[in-house]
Amino acid sequence: MLIPLSKPGTTTDIKTGKWKTHRPTVDPKLCTKCAICQNFCPEGIMGTPREIPVIDYDYCKGCSMCMVECPFKAITMVAEKQEL
Amino acid sequence: MIKTTNGATALAETAKNCEPEVVAGYPITPTTHVVEEMNRYYANGETKSFIAVESEFSALSALIGGAAAGARTFTATGSQGLLLMHEVLFCSSGMRLPIVMVVGNRSVSAPLSIWNDEQDSVSQRDTGWIQLYAKNNQEASDALIQAYFIAEKTFIPVMVCVDGHFLTHTTEQVDIPSKDEIKRFLPPFKPMVTLDPDQPLSMGVYAAPAYYQEFRMDLHSDLEKSAAVISDAGKRFGQVFGRSYGLVEEYHVKDAKEVLVGLGSAMENVKAAVDEMRKQGKKVGALHVRVLRPFPREELRRILSGKHVGVIDRALSPGAQPPLFTEIVEALQGTSSTVSSFFGALGGRTLKIQESKQLFEKMSKGKALKEWITVTVEKNEAEIETC
Repeated sequence: MLIPLSKPGTTTDIKTGKWKTHRPTVDPKLCTKCAICQNFCPEGIMGTPREIPVIDYDYCKGCSMCMVECPFKAITMVAEKQEL
Repeated sequence: MIKTTNGATALAETAKNCEPEVVAGYPITPTTHVVEEMNRYYANGETKSFIAVESEFSALSALIGGAAAGARTFTATGSQGLLLMHEVLFCSSGMRLPIVMVVGNRSVSAPLSIWNDEQDSVSQRDTGWIQLYAKNNQEASDALIQAYFIAEKTFIPVMVCVDGHFLTHTTEQVDIPSKDEIKRFLPPFKPMVTLDPDQPLSMGVYAAPAYYQEFRMDLHSDLEKSAAVISDAGKRFGQVFGRSYGLVEEYHVKDAKEVLVGLGSAMENVKAAVDEMRKQGKKVGALHVRVLRPFPREELRRILSGKHVGVIDRALSPGAQPPLFTEIVEALQGTSSTVSSFFGALGGRTLKIQESKQLFEKMSKGKALKEWITVTVEKNEAEIETC
């Protein structure tokens, strides 16, 4: 019998980043470390503010908000490779 | 104790004697007085709780909370109330919570009707609940006690389906076991996991594509396996109370050429028709499908092979063949049986003894039939405006 339940702390096991279809990539040459993307990211996985973003792809869901908000167009969304 | 009482009151008393800890309800015809009685028991200090909720959706949701905390639970509903529970029915079976509910079968709106057919519960057959049907109030009361046994053993919720008005509002003698007598059959509920602040966990959580299907596969196979537990419950019940039950009830089926098959109270009339026709030497029989989910496919195949089977459906699947008929046709695939479909007796119309006899007569000609039943109504009864 399978009972769907989870105990506290399971978010460390469940990598919600798996479902993204596109991953944000930062161009360090264009990045001004303004921290706008880091403030807007709903998952809080864009790294330390005022530093060039280091993205935790295990939990990035690929929502593109950082790409849309970046005033310097330093972030592009790159398609993930998927098995068909 | 044998009491002369109406079905709803008998069911409420039976439920009380099973000692549920969490009871929630929102009254709806025809099970209003089940809920009313449960409320009264609580007010009189005879039960531990009654949560007066604002809808049937909330009633079943409250029971999910109760069952998740490890309590034995109870509610009653029917018709629109059961339809409003639809989403929560899936949640409760998916979370494997052994909730028990009485459904007073009633037709569904529109047009509005408070009378009996089985559209409401038959439409919920895919929700992962076990469904037991009763022909009379004794069977209904007995099924309710067995429902707790089955649910708490299989961790699958059970609905006990009782024809509204025909049973819920009919007064007859019912032997209602006391709390102590029930304890001889029903062991205390031992939950597998419970909500506990000291050991926190979430139930019914998110399952990504990598996990979801396994849960559904597991529920499906456990429902199929639950048939053995239901049979066992029926036998054990007989050992304690002298009334045994199986997945189906056969009545003169063994040597019968024509057999009418159906759910619920209508089968009492069919049985009476069988009695009358047997007196004239006609080899006919009746079969009550007591358990619709899990569907007793193998039993039906074994019992009905080679016979002319007439399936009575008091619920429709508009635009397709009636539900019970389709499932019986599938069960009898590859056998030499002929299967006829009789559908109707909706919204309070009665399949009478006389008409049941006519169905047997028509079937005896051997051809498979597909036709409506109970279509002739006396003129002054039918005040339907057509445009």
